[in-house]
Formats: sequence, structure tokens, C-alpha cells
Amino acid sequence: MAVATIAGVDVHVDDEGFMTEPGEWNEDIGRQLATNIGIEMTEDHWRVVKFLREDFTETGETPTLRRVSTAGGFETKQLFVLFPKKPAKKMSYVAGLQKPVGCV
Amino acid sequence: MTTTETAPIIPDFGDDETDRKIAFICSKGNLDMAYPALIMASGALGEGIECHIFFTFWGMDMINKATQANLQFSMLGNTAMHMPGQAWHIPQGFGGLPGMTGFATRMLKKQIRELDVPDVPEFLSMLHDMGAKLWACKLSVDMMGLERDDMIDEVEDIINVSEFMELSEDAQIIFI
Repeated sequence: MAVATIAGVDVHVDDEGFMTEPGEWNEDIGRQLATNIGIEMTEDHWRVVKFLREDFTETGETPTLRRVSTAGGFETKQLFVLFPKKPAKKMSYVAGLQKPVGCV
Repeated sequence: MTTTETAPIIPDFGDDETDRKIAFICSKGNLDMAYPALIMASGALGEGIECHIFFTFWGMDMINKATQANLQFSMLGNTAMHMPGQAWHIPQGFGGLPGMTGFATRMLKKQIRELDVPDVPEFLSMLHDMGAKLWACKLSVDMMGLERDDMIDEVEDIINVSEFMELSEDAQIIFI
């Protein structure tokens, strides 16, 4: 467990850099995390990230790609465009959540 | 122990590694044998790995519009068959009784649905959206007397074995 300063705030992160305390997240941190991995946040990105955070609050788990598509109503194809190659991991990183544990 | 980092830790999403490639060969048309490739392919695509699925022999039922929604699961020949949550094995003879295949199929489909895992048609469509390339085996198509229109639109093409060998060059191949 380490503490990193992101967007001027000290937050807890794991060995890979994923935030471990979702409550420490704010939008400036989200924007900085996105920049770290080469993503410029647009309205579409924010809608996905907000769904992830809401769903996490409800279920206590990071939603899988499948859940983001079925429960969140986002098209799988679009998620691959917004968060290229590894959408599930990238979305959760930007949303200040841990990687999803579900397989599908 | 908590340490304070001065430089940010940024996950390595491996975006530069574009060369990993995986190819599944689906040769079975049983419901329980359809899922391993679908689930692993979805995991691979989610990791940014190039993914191909080649359907051959009974695996053709997975991409045949007439059969794909109706794959069956039989208890017969499956010695690991037991009721969910129970350790005792169901005697093989039960599997041969009328209606048992339908019962087992409904049960498996229910368990899969409860995990929010899609059924076979929706799963294939999802994999296609994720970037998977689906291929039909020429010999199987000829043997079964199928036409291109008999197969779901997501199928890229009907190809022969040598074409599959070419496209799976450098791929990790998993035969199911």
C-alpha cells in the first residue's frame, strides 16, 4: 500500500497504481488518472466513469465490461473506442476503483 | 506499511505489446462445451489480445442460426454430474431417461443466466463487437450442406484449413 499525490491530493494506491479507497476520488483525480494512461476525458468518458462509480456504490463491486454494457446501457464497441484495448481495467483505473473480479 | 510515493505509479496496460494472438478451435456443439471458448475469448479480448475462433464439425452448431440458441447439455458420459451444491453423483442411467437432457439443459442455462453470462447467440454477438473474428470451416460447411446465409452475420468468412493455418500463425491455439 502506498500513498500517491494525484491532482494535488494524497490518495491510497496499490502496487499497480489503482486507487484502493474509492472515497478519496474526485473528478480532478479522474481526469489526471486518464491523462496518465493517454486518455482525454470527454462527456462520453465521464458518463461511463460515473456509471462505474454509481454501480460500485450500489453493489460494492467494480462492474465487469458485460455489466457496464447491460446495466449501464453502453455499447461494448463504444467502450473499446473510449478505453482502447483493455476497457474494463482502464475504466476502473480512471474511476478510482479496483479491477473487476468477474470473468465476463 | 504505507509509503509515500513521489513519482506517480501508473499501471502498465501493455499498449505497446500488440503481438499476442490467440485462436480457439470450437469442435463441439454441446452447450457445456460451447462456453469455455466464449468465456476465454472474452477474457482475451478484454486484455487487448487479437482473437480468432474457428468453428468446425459440431462446433458449427454454435454459429448456425437454426441451432445456436438450442444447444443441449447431456448428463450422459459426464461422470462429474451432480446436483448443484451436492457432492453425490447422479447415476449415469438417469441421463438416458426421457426428458433428462432437456432438464439438464434448462438447469445449466438457468445457472449461467444467474451469473449474468449471456446465452450463446448473444455471447457471439458480444465477442464480435469486442473485435473477435469468427471463421467457419469449409469442410464442415460442405459436409453439412450449409450455405453462408445459414450462419450468423458475425461470421467473417468460410475458410479452409490452410487459410486457418495462415491466420493463426504465431497464435496460441486452443482446441475445444
